[in-house]
Amino acid sequence: MTSIRTCMGDGHRVELSLDELRRDLLAGSEDAARRAKIPPLDDTEIEWLADIFAYPGRIAGVQPGNEVVLTKDGCANTLYGSQVSSGVGVPLAREQGIRVFERALGFDTMEVGHPDYSFKPAKPLIALEQLTMEQAQLDCVIPLFYGAMPNMGLYFRPDGPFANPADLLPDGRIEEARTTQLEAAARLRDDMLYVAHGIADVGADGIDFDTTASAGDAEFLATLEAVGELAATTDLAIEVGMATELVLGFHGELSYAGTRLAGLWPHQQVAVVEAAGAHIFGPAVTTNTSRSSPWNVARACTFVKACSLAATIPVHANVGMGVGGVPTAEVQPSNVVTRAGVALVEIGRADGL
Amino acid sequence: MSLCHALASGMGGMRTSGDLVARMQLRKMRLPQAKRYVADKLGVVVDDLTDSTLMRELREELDIGVITGPPGLAKGIEAKVRIADLLGVPVNSVARLQRKTAGPASSMFRR
Repeated sequence: MTSIRTCMGDGHRVELSLDELRRDLLAGSEDAARRAKIPPLDDTEIEWLADIFAYPGRIAGVQPGNEVVLTKDGCANTLYGSQVSSGVGVPLAREQGIRVFERALGFDTMEVGHPDYSFKPAKPLIALEQLTMEQAQLDCVIPLFYGAMPNMGLYFRPDGPFANPADLLPDGRIEEARTTQLEAAARLRDDMLYVAHGIADVGADGIDFDTTASAGDAEFLATLEAVGELAATTDLAIEVGMATELVLGFHGELSYAGTRLAGLWPHQQVAVVEAAGAHIFGPAVTTNTSRSSPWNVARACTFVKACSLAATIPVHANVGMGVGGVPTAEVQPSNVVTRAGVALVEIGRADGL
Repeated sequence: MSLCHALASGMGGMRTSGDLVARMQLRKMRLPQAKRYVADKLGVVVDDLTDSTLMRELREELDIGVITGPPGLAKGIEAKVRIADLLGVPVNSVARLQRKTAGPASSMFRR
């Protein structure tokens, strides 16, 4: 009996029979379809996924002609970073790292980003961020984004000035929790605009709002408002990458352009992101560590396919650690990483990763 | 992980035409349209866009930046000036360069 070597969502090795593989692919796709009320993958797509996972080579690749554009959150920080985000601790300046991604790794685009990769800590260092972008624009040929996370959690106590809704909600103080989220969202929006306008002034090609809505619907609203203003007032190309597949309703009553934000799935998120004026959308689907990688990849493909079909702008599926079917593991299994990317392109119909 | 995606799914950046197709996605073009647009501007077919041998020669001929480091060819912002002209799209850093070199500096070049 054929045995297929793959991984669980936590990166540990697992062997599946062909029947078990197909069972997991169907179950993952049906889970996404049931939750978001979208079509599951059809029989042809399930068989295509089965072929991708059953291919005996260590790594897989898209068919010639199906190559896609790569954008990258976290930028060259991956090279000099520490254990967090799978950084490998190479003693390179980020300017050098950007050139390595352009010249040695053949990346299609790259980013400048603060080591913390959040807008709040980048704001007081805007002059340094501008200087790095200016110099990198002189040196590089590939398009360069500035990348950062909205990360609204940094605005709540003990890390920020506003009361923490996670303290207020368990006490039933709903209105206070909503008010503090709106106050934090307004400050976040202003900080994002401050950084983005500074970056636009020095000739950046674009800006990447990464891991958007990690703190729920209020963070999503702040980001959409910032995107709307930047689209109207700058020449920046704007990418909005999400934190996970569902916008959590920590506030619950917020809307943008007439659409309630809480509870939006990727195929609905892309519509509001387009309405705000963004140029690229990055759907994210969180990996379930207790399920197999085939289950997770099929689930991610189902969400991303619905999103790609609904979109009018390019869709760059998030496929880093813990999203897009990629295991949540510090050292990534290349067999699954490559298969997840191929699947999101060829079955999820993504325009990029 | 990034290298995995670059090898398995990426267009190849400056090894091929990935940076050029990316520039059209920054204009909201979906992938098939972006590839067709770039192929038309380069005078090749879409399948040629990820042919590293063909694109290495074509990029040198057009002087729009190559992945290796031959002396004399356009580098960095020099290549982007030519890319903006080739693709017929504005590039923010090129627009900034033009502003910075307008006036006294540009008249000095003309002398």
